[in-house]
Amino acid sequence: MERKTISRRELLKGTGALVVSFSLWSPVSRAFGQTANPANVEPEATSLDSWLAVAADGTVTVSTSKVDLGTGVVTALSQIVAEELDVPFHQIHMETGDTSQTIDQAATVGSATIERGGPQLRQAAAAARQELLKLAAASLQTPVEKLTVSDGVVSVAGDSSKKISYAGLIGGRRFNVRITATGTGGAMKVAPEVTAKDPKSYKIVGTSAPRVDLPPKFTGEFTYTADVRVPGMLHGRVVRPPTVNTKPASVDEGSIQDIAGVVKVVQEGSFVGVVAQTEWAAIQAARKLKVTWSAAENKYPSTKEEVFDYLRNTKSARDQTVVSRGNPDAAISQAGKTFEATYHWPFQLHGMLGPSCAVADVRGNGATIWAGSQGTFNTRKQVADLLGLPEKSVRVSYRESAGCYGRLSPDDVPLDAALMSRAVGKPVRVQWMRDDEHGWEPKGPAQLLTVRAAVDGRGKVTAWDFIDRSFPWTENGSPLLAARQTGHKPAGAGLANGTGGGGQIYNFENQKVVAAMIPWMWPDPMPLRTSNLRAPGDVARSFASETAMDEIASSVGADPVAFRLRYLTDQRIIDVLNAAATRAQWSARPSPARATSGSTASGRGVAVANRGETMTASIAEVEVDKTSGKVTVKRVTLAQDCGLIVNPDGVKNQIEGNVNQGVSRTLLEELKFDASGIKSLDWVSYPILHFPDIPEIEIELLDRKDLPALGSGEPSLVSVPAAIANAVFDAVGVRLREVPMTPERVLAALKSGATTSQLQPVG
Amino acid sequence: MATITLTVNGKSRMANTDPTTPLLYVLRDDLELNGPRFGCGLSQCGACTVIVNGAAVRSCTLPVSSAQGKSVTTLEGLGSVAHPHALQKAFVEEQAAQCGFCMNGILMNAKVLLDKNPNPSVAQIKQALANVLCRCGSHLRVIRAIQRAAREKA
Repeated sequence: MERKTISRRELLKGTGALVVSFSLWSPVSRAFGQTANPANVEPEATSLDSWLAVAADGTVTVSTSKVDLGTGVVTALSQIVAEELDVPFHQIHMETGDTSQTIDQAATVGSATIERGGPQLRQAAAAARQELLKLAAASLQTPVEKLTVSDGVVSVAGDSSKKISYAGLIGGRRFNVRITATGTGGAMKVAPEVTAKDPKSYKIVGTSAPRVDLPPKFTGEFTYTADVRVPGMLHGRVVRPPTVNTKPASVDEGSIQDIAGVVKVVQEGSFVGVVAQTEWAAIQAARKLKVTWSAAENKYPSTKEEVFDYLRNTKSARDQTVVSRGNPDAAISQAGKTFEATYHWPFQLHGMLGPSCAVADVRGNGATIWAGSQGTFNTRKQVADLLGLPEKSVRVSYRESAGCYGRLSPDDVPLDAALMSRAVGKPVRVQWMRDDEHGWEPKGPAQLLTVRAAVDGRGKVTAWDFIDRSFPWTENGSPLLAARQTGHKPAGAGLANGTGGGGQIYNFENQKVVAAMIPWMWPDPMPLRTSNLRAPGDVARSFASETAMDEIASSVGADPVAFRLRYLTDQRIIDVLNAAATRAQWSARPSPARATSGSTASGRGVAVANRGETMTASIAEVEVDKTSGKVTVKRVTLAQDCGLIVNPDGVKNQIEGNVNQGVSRTLLEELKFDASGIKSLDWVSYPILHFPDIPEIEIELLDRKDLPALGSGEPSLVSVPAAIANAVFDAVGVRLREVPMTPERVLAALKSGATTSQLQPVG
Repeated sequence: MATITLTVNGKSRMANTDPTTPLLYVLRDDLELNGPRFGCGLSQCGACTVIVNGAAVRSCTLPVSSAQGKSVTTLEGLGSVAHPHALQKAFVEEQAAQCGFCMNGILMNAKVLLDKNPNPSVAQIKQALANVLCRCGSHLRVIRAIQRAAREKA
């Protein structure tokens, strides 16, 4: 099972084609001192050799900036390349996320790796195959049309004695072939002139190839970021301020003089860290170091109500109108019945199980960083800007971290490690402690969502007006934590929190869907920082829109599935909804279910979503304990169409994960804070789903070989929360319009009964 | 500083360290064992679990001095990719992980469970893992893998 780990450059090194090779662990002075070599070749998208190399033993090494975040994409990408090249799957070795060795295909975000990165690698592989066939034609003195390839061996059709392997054709040598590459990042078109295989002939794509990364993850042989060890490496810990927007007025180094092994207290601007010879010394020193912090410069919101009031009352910095059809305002004002409801989504954590960790070696005029960043090129820029170095002098080498769900899109810790390494002139490993991670990770933003609708006398929705008021992602595209602490200013208000899930999946005659970006109230919003959290924004918008759809369906006495089908027009989502309903044995009737007398009540709820053109439908079955208020999700049935399926088991694994995270985020997760800062600093104050509470999960995959492969990492999360909310309503007849649906909130709703939805007649 | 002697994965090992150091850092930094992982440092998530004298222990809060002279098993002590333990084999067969960061805690607790109860029910498996956190949501696969290991060991 051991995979080859030789790098593409090392493969080529022995051939004389490429003289320079980085030794992974070489000190930066060597790595960078010797790269000013005329033979050094920077990866170029138009050079086939920058994408892949065939070794003398037939191993194909593929270089990509796309990285595995624990979702299995490297396995799936390997399948795509193996398929296109006609080599055995196990002969593919992926070299991922090393800025010195890969083309920047954009960060690994937004479920775009298979959708965007896949075709790029597929086309590079197709170009390589074409070139190999040309070489084989010359070698075998046979026209290309008469050649076939199987398991990396080219043979003459009808004369299997005439054959030559890829390794025999080019093993260990460069192609020296130019291909077309236009555009940048995820939009880059690679070798579009080459015709790739017809998906109907696929033999490797479409199979559940086992994950290449899993066996060593079960034995301790896998190297995560936290496992990187560099000779002479020291250990660093950060000392963050206890409250927001404060500066260290004084740092008393005497307070840690009794801790053996402390190397240096690093202070730059507001950044404070401790470097020590051992991890334990660094931990103790960081805890014990007496820092007197200045008074906070900006007030921090003390309650979530304050945050939601701010979202409600603040002018949007940017409205993204994704649908504008007819005149919803007029239709609502003239309607016989109207509906209006507001939904609340809290700040939530990505909650990486392993906190942020990186190793930095900053010496001379260069830096080497080992990091779990989703975008190593982004991290390279962050570190270069922080240290005042040219980007080319910084090398970021990817090592997988704990699953991060967007958290390492803005990866802070490499900057901490870089500052500390520069201060001591040695490699430093920095790992955040649990309270650092919970307290300072950029959160998924809170959202306030309002739905207004009009219904005519026959129960038809005639107008839909949806507005999402969300904070932006303050940490995407701006200098990160340590950079802010050392005087780098944010680039702007941040990036908007997406636009999907606001009911645009339906077709109403008067319809408006708006995602409003409400800028932060403070110039420097630490530590209530925000960033993209898995299916960003869509989860909350879909919770609101799909709950609203259910409320309206209930008010007009319609079955929730049939009601949705009246307004869906895209055949793919119709098919997905029907598939989920069939699999869950959905019986048509309006919600709520007939009341029962026992202490528990059962219900079912449905919701649909389109994220990035991947369609999902969730059906949740819940049990509500009317005495305690506890909601238990018993089963979730999820149907998905993500286009052509590269690896069915990989897709199922993602869906299972999304369902469990969806249940966790819907029932349990809410970041607590007050005016002094974040109060959810561990797994007790921020509980997530535990084993005893997991649901059964039924999955229905609709494989669409006629479509391109679409993303699967996020979409199945999106429809889960509303399905649960709708199931709770079905069970007990009250509406939960705020997440998480804790026992306290459920009990309060049961007591007041006020959340029972009814359409309001006008006047 | 003190010299601590432990039996780790059947071999006698010595570490010259501050005796208050949690066992986790000695295993990881001094003995270079990557199986036990730092997740929280608070005994809340289970990622650091090792087996000490037959019991699942959270090594992130256990001072190494408390493990003096005891027998410690880490994930590496179960098996390797080349020679996997029945549990590790079953986890591969069930593809029972995503990022895998929690797997040390899950596998070590599963090992202790199967040692005591070779044929656990689903409810017993869930209970045994009740305080081990998995963020990626691989729970159902984990349960299937433990059942598979139990079957194949039987």
